[in-house]
Amino acid sequence: MGDQGITGTFTLRDLTDEEYLLPGNAACPGCAAVLAMRIGLKVLGPRTVLVVPACCMSVVQGYYPKTPSRVPIFNTAFAASAATASGIRAALEMKGIRDVNVVCWAGDGGTADIGIQSLSGAAERGDDLIYVCYDNEAYMNTGTQRSGSTPEGARTTTTITGKAEGKKDVPGIMMAHRIPYVATACASYPLDFANKLRRAISMKGTRYIQLLSPCPPGWRYPAEKTIEVGKLAVETGAWILYEWTGRECRLTGPSSGLVERSKRRPLEEYLRIQGRFSNADPSKIEDMKRRIDEEWERILALCKG
Amino acid sequence: MIATGNHAVAYGVKAARAEIIAAYPITPQTQIIEKLSEFIEKGEMRAKFLRVESEHSAMAACIGASACGARAFTATSSQGLLYMSEMVFWAGLGSFPVVMAVVTRTLAPPWSIWNEHTDMLSQRDAGWILIMCESVQEAYDAAIQAFRIAEDRRVRQPVMFGLDAFSLSHTSERLDLIGQEEVEAFLPAPEGDWKVIDVQDPTTYGNMAGPERMMEIRHSIMERLRGSASVIEETASEFSRISGREQAGLVEEYRTSGAEVILVVAGAASGDAKDAADALRDEGVRAGVARLRVIRPFPAERIRAAVQGCRAVAVVDRDYSFGSGGIIGREVASATGIKPFSYIAGIGGCDLSVTDFAGIARDAISRAESGEEGREIWWGIKGSQGPSP
Repeated sequence: MGDQGITGTFTLRDLTDEEYLLPGNAACPGCAAVLAMRIGLKVLGPRTVLVVPACCMSVVQGYYPKTPSRVPIFNTAFAASAATASGIRAALEMKGIRDVNVVCWAGDGGTADIGIQSLSGAAERGDDLIYVCYDNEAYMNTGTQRSGSTPEGARTTTTITGKAEGKKDVPGIMMAHRIPYVATACASYPLDFANKLRRAISMKGTRYIQLLSPCPPGWRYPAEKTIEVGKLAVETGAWILYEWTGRECRLTGPSSGLVERSKRRPLEEYLRIQGRFSNADPSKIEDMKRRIDEEWERILALCKG
Repeated sequence: MIATGNHAVAYGVKAARAEIIAAYPITPQTQIIEKLSEFIEKGEMRAKFLRVESEHSAMAACIGASACGARAFTATSSQGLLYMSEMVFWAGLGSFPVVMAVVTRTLAPPWSIWNEHTDMLSQRDAGWILIMCESVQEAYDAAIQAFRIAEDRRVRQPVMFGLDAFSLSHTSERLDLIGQEEVEAFLPAPEGDWKVIDVQDPTTYGNMAGPERMMEIRHSIMERLRGSASVIEETASEFSRISGREQAGLVEEYRTSGAEVILVVAGAASGDAKDAADALRDEGVRAGVARLRVIRPFPAERIRAAVQGCRAVAVVDRDYSFGSGGIIGREVASATGIKPFSYIAGIGGCDLSVTDFAGIARDAISRAESGEEGREIWWGIKGSQGPSP
């Protein structure tokens, strides 16, 4: 799994055996987002409030009056997760409760598109919350429609020939808010994610983690390939793992060894393992590669300071 | 003291010790939130003010705070209220006892900042209690009563109270404040036992509910809204006692006894309607006014009783439901079984004066006398579309 990029190393053994997200939830088989939530809650612990807007996670919770969650979940409207969390944080502070993590757990549509205004507002105010965007790169809950976070070339039910535009850079947008912590993660690297969440918990203010979460039905691959697909996203360089603390940016996990383009696996390996890129012809794939190279240049420039 | 309606609201919310205020500016609501912000920054009020980036977020933050058992307040108007609408329903359907002041203002296009009630009445089906204020004093009184009604165990639904743009929001009138001790005895610190977010007792709030449960969930809101009528009356009568000012409760009847014509009105122009009734009585026309202080829950029985036996019922709506009619006119028709003369007046801030109300009352009587059925009349519209006052 390589270097986790955190000193004081948090290892598998440090992850509690306690489960806060219980089996029997309504996630699809092979759902990377729910796997990451299970890991995330182990790190966050029981003194956590989750705020969930309309997204896959609103379905994963299953039907009232049952729930798979052992921490409070507050469901809110699609556009409203960060603002709802701001209200929760303010109320907890008024009541003198200071040791609770207020965490938004939102999909990419609820983050990059309809929820970006309230997220931006909370970040500008510096409201004390952790925002995890589990990014499955489309509106999966409604059946795979294109979002701002869908990558170029990906087929969705509203871009049946493949999305023409690139993926919105929400981590970049969040960095522009000068918040204390922005990181990317991938569900296939749970310890990298756990360590980033841990780092986020140790800080105050608005903290943002964008977690790539492969989605078997939406990306069109067999459920058992979920971890492999996420690994290929990172190993081909299509998804870069990094963290940014306002002062410095650093690559983490396998991405730190992939600065040289030659070290990365061919992008085609990532594209071919899933069905959503089946329409991408060689020239489209060249465009995608160019975009990925540009993204690497941007992140490496940040890392150099 | 002398204060504007907006400042009266701020004084009321301060006295009520709201803990979380989340708001976004919109004309003509701004002075409410400016004053509250000032109270907090000067240390005169212990609350957190969230200067959010939209009305949608304002209500979302109020809901989040209320879900933790906090006393939450916001204020908005017009476009802001409509932008907030999704969360207005979230608060109502979620039974969060949030309180909101709505400075009623015309919706665009075309742009207008002037008074109309359509903005507030558009939210009438959201599970909120709707109060309409007549005076600056009532705006202050309503702000304090609203929290008590909303938080009452028998209610636990949000309350919005409306004050007319400019004619209340920006008009200075005499305002009598109540001693803080009296307010605190009337409205103790929030128990917060409606909270649904508690790490000691984790619950999942608002996840999917199937059809087999939804009827019951909605039915319980219906029952609470219906039951709130008696709580509103009870709260008003107790507030009358501590303030020494008679409070209207659901409906205020003014000279309705033996009236041949009754003007049914709501909001700031009600005072003009009462002056018109006085003037008409002086001229031998037996006119009265039934003022709706509360529009949700709609006080059907009280209105039925108020208009019973009068020859002409004239409902004056400063709002409109396209394809249906004056919103209150329709409500009165359905509550009383009478087809009232439904006057659409004062739209977009058109003046609605004592002369207008006297004219409306006379118009309604003459129509009734000529055997005309109740119908819709656009009062004062220019051109050939209707009668002029």
